[in-house]
Amino acid sequence: MTAAGTAAPDRAAAPDAGVDRAPLARRRRNRMLVQVACLAITAFMAAPMYLITLAAFSTRESLNAFPKSFAPADVSTETLRSFLGATGVVPSFLNSLVVGLLTLVLSVAIGTPAGYALARHVFAGRDAYQLFLLFTRALPIVVLSVPLARFFITAGLSDTVLAVALLHTALALPTTVLITASIFTAVPRDLEEAALVFGCTRASAFRQVVAPLALPGIAAASLFTFVLSWNEVLGAAVLTLTNRTLPAQVLGSLQWSPLPYRFAGGFALLVPALIFIFVMRRYLLNMWGTTLR
Amino acid sequence: MTEAASRPARARRPPVPYLLLIPSALFMLALFGWPLIQGVLASVQTPGGGYGWENVRRMTAEPHFWPAVRNTALLIVIVIPLQFALAIAMALLLRERPRLSGLYFYVWAVPLAISDLAAGLVWLAIFADQGYLNSALAGLGLSESGYEWLSYEHPGTMLAAVVVAELWRATSLVFIILVGGLSVIPKEYDEAAQVFGATLWQRVRHVTLPLLRPSIQVALILRTILAFQTFAVAQALAGRNFPLLIGETYEWYVNLQNPYAASAVAMIILGVSMFTATVYLRALRQPDVIRGAR
Repeated sequence: MTAAGTAAPDRAAAPDAGVDRAPLARRRRNRMLVQVACLAITAFMAAPMYLITLAAFSTRESLNAFPKSFAPADVSTETLRSFLGATGVVPSFLNSLVVGLLTLVLSVAIGTPAGYALARHVFAGRDAYQLFLLFTRALPIVVLSVPLARFFITAGLSDTVLAVALLHTALALPTTVLITASIFTAVPRDLEEAALVFGCTRASAFRQVVAPLALPGIAAASLFTFVLSWNEVLGAAVLTLTNRTLPAQVLGSLQWSPLPYRFAGGFALLVPALIFIFVMRRYLLNMWGTTLR
Repeated sequence: MTEAASRPARARRPPVPYLLLIPSALFMLALFGWPLIQGVLASVQTPGGGYGWENVRRMTAEPHFWPAVRNTALLIVIVIPLQFALAIAMALLLRERPRLSGLYFYVWAVPLAISDLAAGLVWLAIFADQGYLNSALAGLGLSESGYEWLSYEHPGTMLAAVVVAELWRATSLVFIILVGGLSVIPKEYDEAAQVFGATLWQRVRHVTLPLLRPSIQVALILRTILAFQTFAVAQALAGRNFPLLIGETYEWYVNLQNPYAASAVAMIILGVSMFTATVYLRALRQPDVIRGAR
């Protein structure tokens, strides 16, 4: 057939004149609907990001104006500069980065083996371990931060980024284990067994068969880990006084700060998110596209 | 963990799983077990050094406590179903591979990396008295000076604002877990069902969702437990006018300097989170209970 392509292979034998056009029209209409829905969701997701950017790049006068303009009328870095100039903002930004990366490395290194064990092995204590995981995940941060702060003081780690990274790893680890476990579960066991039959050791079967299939998911899991650390406010605020992460810094000054400072803070917290997802996007999309095919 | 590990492993199975688990178990015992015990003790400790229900009494006597309980429950009951419906729809839409799907994927995934504090501040720019929503209303001539969305006199719109901000921020997490889950489901299943005449709804309900169950389970547990810990969104939007339980622990610890009452509130959140997680696990348990086992 000509235009229909893959749409109706069973009609391939029918003469041209008698082609039923209805499925094709339905298909086209469906694609339209999909596109409209996608655009609507995109608008919902993107509009707030646009508006906070607009607010962060406005002058103080236009932020006080009402009704506000929706187009960038007077682009200025005044609001942002005064935010970045505020005490502790730049160092806290760097702290956030370091804590996030430390957390990512630690939790993937410790968590992935456990996830694999949960997915592939049946052993005594498996259920207990899973319950333990859930239990740790459900703990509210503040409960841990308070006694941990005392612990870190005795360990000589108080008010350091390492202390925050350790707390964040503890928070992220159960998530990492759960997610990697579900990822490894999704990798067919038969493939691994086939590799074993054909002479792989357990380690090389893991490296050559399981790891490539699981890697995209593990990347996603480590993405969560970084994000979890980046977003965590309370623990960081409790554990540190001077070496604050960015969210803790902003939260601490929330009550007495003027609206422009808060908008600039919101924007500053947003930008790394945009960049981070942008960097990961290609990778996420690649894995997502290739496994779909 | 340790008593399970000392039990004899099943015959001829090498202790591989234990070797894999030990680092994580040790790490968590050190950073969770000990602080947890301290936290539980603190919640029933009186500042004088004795033990008792003093903290619980103080906690419940605090005027923000019951509103915080109500708000937390309301928020979860409203946000989570909406969020899952939206995330499933988003994941399925992208599976249709519309044009620009790369861009959509990016934009939809961005809130994943946005902290709840940032989300609160972003939506504050919209819902503030002189914010963009009121500007839009004024611009359209619908209202002269706008509406006080975040005023304590309007609890309805305050709740709605927090719900919208939460939907915006946290749906991405569910979305990305589901996309990850969908990507390992072969498209052939869906196509086979289509060939046999299944409608879209039937294919979603009887083919895709059951195959997605592990992902949905993970997402549901994560989201609910995280929802109990949400507070900076509400803090940035409405301050103490919209108290949430976790915000109360913060309040008790940081501003009222009472770690004991803070621990008591936290224990409630802990208990409820655990209960919810257990319910989910039971409700969504797969027929073949132990995944991967024969």
